[in-house]
Formats: sequence, structure tokens, C-alpha cells
Amino acid sequence: MFDLVAFIPRAIIQGMPLLFGCTGETISEKAGSLNLGIPGVMYVGAMCGVIGAFFYERSCAGEPLNAFLAIMIPFMSCLIGSLLMGLLFSVLTVTLRANQNVVGLAMTTFGVGFGNFFGGSLMKLTGSSVPSIALSKTSIIFSKSLPFAKDLGWFGKIFLSYGFMTYLAIIIAIITAYVLKRTRVGLHLRAVGENPATADAAGIDVNKYKYFAICIGCMIAGLGGLFYVMDYASGVWSNDAFGDRGWLAIALVIFTLWKPNIAIFGSILFGGLYIMHLFIPGAGMAVKELYKMLPYVVTILVLIITSMRRKREHQPPESLGLPYFREDR
Amino acid sequence: MRNITKVFGDIVANDSVTLDIYRGEILSLLGENGSGKTTLMNMLSGIYFPDGGEILINGEPVMISSPREAFDHGIGMIHQHFKLVDVFTAAENIVLGLEEKGKLDMDKAEKKIRDICEMYGFDVDPKQKIYNMSVSQKQTVEIVKVLYRGAEILILDEPTAVLTPQETDKLFAVLRNMKEDGKTVVIITHKLHEVLAISDRVAVLRKGKFVGDMITAETNEQEMTNMMVGRQVELNIDRPDPVDPKPRVVVEHLTVKGPDGVMKLEDVSFTANTGEILGIAGISGCGQKELLESIAGLQRVERGTIQYIHDDGKSEGLIGKDPLQIAEIGVSLSFVPEDRLGMGLVGSMDLTDNMMLRSFRRGRSMFTDRKTPKALAEKVVDELEVNTPSVSTEVRKLSGGNVQKVLVGREIASAPTVLLSAYAVRGLDINSSYTIYDLLNQQKAKGVAVIYVGEDLDVLLELCDRILVLCGGKVSGLLDGRGADKREVGMMMTKLGGGTNNEQTS
Repeated sequence: MFDLVAFIPRAIIQGMPLLFGCTGETISEKAGSLNLGIPGVMYVGAMCGVIGAFFYERSCAGEPLNAFLAIMIPFMSCLIGSLLMGLLFSVLTVTLRANQNVVGLAMTTFGVGFGNFFGGSLMKLTGSSVPSIALSKTSIIFSKSLPFAKDLGWFGKIFLSYGFMTYLAIIIAIITAYVLKRTRVGLHLRAVGENPATADAAGIDVNKYKYFAICIGCMIAGLGGLFYVMDYASGVWSNDAFGDRGWLAIALVIFTLWKPNIAIFGSILFGGLYIMHLFIPGAGMAVKELYKMLPYVVTILVLIITSMRRKREHQPPESLGLPYFREDR
Repeated sequence: MRNITKVFGDIVANDSVTLDIYRGEILSLLGENGSGKTTLMNMLSGIYFPDGGEILINGEPVMISSPREAFDHGIGMIHQHFKLVDVFTAAENIVLGLEEKGKLDMDKAEKKIRDICEMYGFDVDPKQKIYNMSVSQKQTVEIVKVLYRGAEILILDEPTAVLTPQETDKLFAVLRNMKEDGKTVVIITHKLHEVLAISDRVAVLRKGKFVGDMITAETNEQEMTNMMVGRQVELNIDRPDPVDPKPRVVVEHLTVKGPDGVMKLEDVSFTANTGEILGIAGISGCGQKELLESIAGLQRVERGTIQYIHDDGKSEGLIGKDPLQIAEIGVSLSFVPEDRLGMGLVGSMDLTDNMMLRSFRRGRSMFTDRKTPKALAEKVVDELEVNTPSVSTEVRKLSGGNVQKVLVGREIASAPTVLLSAYAVRGLDINSSYTIYDLLNQQKAKGVAVIYVGEDLDVLLELCDRILVLCGGKVSGLLDGRGADKREVGMMMTKLGGGTNNEQTS
């Protein structure tokens, strides 16, 4: 029998890294920057968080961790790491107008390498024989759920059994959706992504908006990496374990038609599809990879349907991927 | 503006231009294509920054380094290519870029927009999406946008290029309302009759230099043309009688559906004769593009036939052939859509390479022949007076008119038997336009069947032997070019078969 109460929390927790990545990428894409470096950024974010937590745990050497510091140190290192990646992407694509696809792919390669390299270094430092780093103490603080959640039966299990970052992801997505749709900043940001020349003529600082959108987007996406390690993977970093979730986040952006509020449900759906094989009886290793393809298949279907409907609101931002240079004739 | 200079690469767009604009007047800025009118005004509106010279407003020297600063000085520009975000509503576009305090309140903005519309007599629905709007509606949104920001000086870059005569009259009425309200209007144009109709004063630019200014009432078309071109120009369009017209292309019951299933052409039938210019009139987007593309083999045809009749009377169907096969028969398409560099030329290639696009298949060896195209490029530059540093300049660096000359020059050089030309003079100044008309007439004299899609009714009426009027994809009427009446054609453009139209009185 399909165990829905067990399945939904798994799907949600699987979906949250995607939601972070998707929200970040949406902000960036709405400003016209196709940041294919997101998978790399998520790696870097995760690794920076791991480094922060690792040294904090070490400095405590056996003593109990201060909950506030245990959260803030990995959190801030993650944000700083992702911000630096965002700045790198912005400088290259906005200021120097390098090709966004090339820079993005390079950053993904770089980010994955960065994660794996420092992952390896930390493993050396611990001197353990297992090829992974366990930060279980930090992870326990990160994934702590509300104490009374257990007493509420299936309701508690489905809605309240998560660490704070799950709620953070949803809150960020809702705020982003609101800002994009209802505020002046959001209007300007969308204008920059749709038609930078128009935005420029209207007195909007196109480059400033792009820089902020890319950097904030990267920071949010980086949190997805942190969530993955600290919450989903229970504080265990092993090289390449993050897998292709970054690409899934980018696919999710298309799937949700650039709307972070839809992405909340989209990410859970993707998360569910991603782990579906575990809940289908008799699905062995052989079909597992086929099930993992489902999110991409769904994305392709959405692309086909939206292309056929030709509704202008459902198309990508018009100048997505294009550099902007004011005096270009 | 004092001694303004602006340089793009090797091209000097403005060479120490000094221009005065007075409060409460309508000033026409007149000049040929590439004479630097738009560039000059772009510097006033903060799009470009001058390389030399200074700008004074009310006697104070100012630095305008961004469009926002221009707004702060009360300067707003309505560009030729509208700067609007398609997926936004009119109101969203209008408030775009404003840094007002507090929350974004669309209801309040919409109310203010309605007030402005009422004051000057605009017709805008603030909630309508831009991509659902006609060209003239978009332009109205642009003007309201500028007024919403409280602009005192409005600059309009060739505002009438995309409008029907009726829409133009409406626009001019609005501009006069603004002038009465104490606003200053600068209108960039190369249409002389508009200068006379609307402006108080006219300033002329030629090749980036300021030539002079005059009170409009004290000048005439001939004088302005001479100043613009720098020499005496004949202002009448020749219309030699067609020599021995024979049917060349016979179109019957042509029906074309657009990609979204909307009828683009419905049951269109006509004949294009040799040695004749067939004009096609219509509001933009009424199927002109689809019609030409059907003949050139670029469009999927739903129903109907297109027959090409050879000199010996044999006929051949064109539907189902690809553009190359059709081009080999001798149908040449010089299609100049709004985006000139979209279909005709490759912007990042130079003139010679663009000439080669037509001829590269001809060579025998595996290497392409560059000498012939280069000679052709030089010939085109020479004969059509293309303003370019050399034939190895990238096409996109040229101004619109010059790009057009290159395109038309190349198409004519391939010695077609049918010449399809759409908006051949869009954005071209008088001198270049007349060069193009002459070229078309030469082709006509050679027995070529010329199909000329145009938007300037005056020209259509003077140039074409017959005029086919399209309205919403249907044939609204077929008139003899000689003796046709402009108002009548205008009516037919807006309503099938012409007839009474309430808007006539407004």
C-alpha cells in the first residue's frame, strides 16, 4: 500500500533544496540573467556551510554547541560563499558582457569541483577512513522540529515535522512572489528582464538590478545546498552526493512558469517524483533511474503545453540570456 | 545645446551642433537619414552622453547622463521603436521607473492616467496589455508615459511613420493641445508636409551638422528640401505610363492562416502586370507581409493559387516551391520588415558579405568569389549614395536608411522579373526615398512587375499605377493610381469597401 503520510514529508524534504534553487534562479532569470551556474552555486553554498560547521564543531571539541552559533556560522559562510559566486557571475556577464551560458556552465563545473576538493580536504583533516564528513551535532540543531509536532499524528507529520529551513524556503518563495508581482522593485526587475532598453529609458539602473538579482538569487540558491547537507542528509557530506538537484531546480523554474509561489508545490511534486521509486513496491535499482527522469519529462510536457498555448505571460522573460549594452546600435 | 559632438566608432553622428529650443513651441527637427537627428535628441533625453559640447536648460548648464536625469529636467522622449514592455499593462509601463514614495498603488496610477487622457483627449485603457495594442495605441501609451512624469519638453522621433492619415490627424490635434498647455514639443521627421502642418519652427540637420533654422510659416517644401539635401532636388515622383502590361503574377483566392489560427489573408485575388507598379495599401498588419511571403514561398498557404506567367505565356504555379526555386524563376523579394536586419541582411556581416548572400551559390570552385560581390557593393554604395566608411563596414553600424539602400540595391542587382518590396522607404529621408522611387521606376521601365507595399498614402497615390487596398486580410478595393483620392483610400483601409465612417469627422 502506498504510504502517503510517510511519502509527503519525504517529498517535501526532497523538494526544499529545489525550491531554494528555483526561487534563486527565478529572481535571476526575471532580471534577464540565465544563471546556469546555479548547480555550482548550490555546491559552493553547501560546502561553505560544511566548512563553517566543521570548524565550529572542532573548536567546541566535545562540549555542547551553542545553538545560535551552530546555525549562524554555517548560515553566514554559506551566504558569503554563494554571494561570491553571484558576484563572479555578475561581473563576468553584466559588466564584461560574457556569454551567460558559457559562464554559467563554467561556474557549475567550478562549483562542483570546489565542493569535492574541499570535501576531500576536510576528510583528510578528520583522518577518518569513511569518505564523508559527519556533522551530526550541527545537523540536529538544523533539523530540529517543533517539540509538539509528534503529538499531532498525521497532521504534525505532514506539516510540522521539519527543520526551520523548510519554512524559510517557503517564506522566501512567498515573499519573492509578492515582491515580483506587487512591488515597484519587482516591476522594475521584470522590466529589466523583459526589455532592458525600455527599463533603461525609464530611468532604471539596469546593471544594478541585474547585480542584485543575480547575487540575491545565488544566495538563496546556496541555502538550498546548505539545507541539503544539514537537514536532508543529516549533516553528512560526501562528494557528488548532491547530484543533479541543481539542474532539477533550473527545470523547476521553467515548470513553474517563473512563479515562485507555484514553485512551492512544484518543488514538492518534483521531490515526490524524484523519490517515487522508493515507494513503488517492486521497483528495483534498474527502474530507479527511470523514475528519477520523471521531473524532466514533466518539465518537457509543460514546455510543450505552454508553447502550444502561446500565452505571452507564460513565456520566458524576453531578453533572457542576452547581455545589455546601452550604446549598442 | 551647444557644440554637441557624438562619435560612434569611425562615424561622426553629430559634429558640433548648436540648437535652441524655445518654451511653448513645436519645433520640427528635419534631416535625412543618418543626419544625426535621433542621436542628437537621444543626448537630450539621456540615452547617449555627448562626447563634446554642453547642454543648457533655462540658461543653466546641465549634465544629462541618464534618462532619469532627463525626466528630472522635464525632458521626455517618445522613441521611434517604442520602449514598452509587451507583457505589462499600459499602467505598469507608465509607472515603470518611477521612484515614488510608498507602496505601488496601481489603482491610484490608473486614475491619474485616466485624468491625463481626459485632459488631452487620449484614448487608453490602463489595464490593457501592450501586446494586445495597435501601433497607434502603443504610441499613445508612450506619450501618456512621458506626460505622467510631468514632462515639459516632449521629443517625438518620427511619430507618424507608423500611423494612418486619420491617426496622424488625431496625434497632431493632441500635440496642439499640449502646446496650448504650455508644453514644448520637438518632432523629428523627414516628411515635409508634416513639418508644415504642425510645427512653428523647423531646424535642419545635414550629415551631423546643423544647417539652419526657419520659422515654418516663412518657408516652403522646396527650400527645406534643399537645405536638407544640400542641393536642388526635384520633388515630383515620376509616373511613366506602363509599357505593354501583361499579366505576370496571378493570385486567386489566396487564403493564409497565421500561426495562432487567425485568418491573415482571406480570398485575395489580383493580378500583377509587367511594366507596372502595383501598390498595396493597408494599415500595418493587414496581411501585406503574408501576401508577399506567399508569393516568395515563405508562407504556408491554406487555399488559393499563385500563377507565374512566363514571357511565352506558359504559366507555372508558385505554391509548394521553396524560396530558392522561386527566386530562380526571377521573383525577387526585397522585403523590408520593421526590423530591417531581420530578414534581408545580416547585421554583423559587412556590405560585401551581404551581397554574397545572393550569389554565393553561383561559383564553380569550392571557394567563394569575393570580387564580384565587392564590385557590386561598391556600385550600390556609389549609385545609391550609401553613407558608409567602406564596403567592409558591418551593416548594423549603418543608419536605417543606408541599410535599406544596401538591401534594395542588392535585390535590384539580381535582375528580377518580379520585385516585391515592402516598406521600401520606411524611415528613409526624401533624397533616399526618391532614389528608391527612381529605381523602382527603372525596374518598371524594364518590364518588371513591381509590387510595392507602402504606408505613405501620398507616395502610393503618386507612384503606383494601380492600388490594391487590404483591410483585415481581405481586398477592400482596387483603384487606379491616377486620380485616386487619399481620403477614399484611407477609408477603404479602415473599413471594407470604404463607405461612411464616423471617425471621418473627428
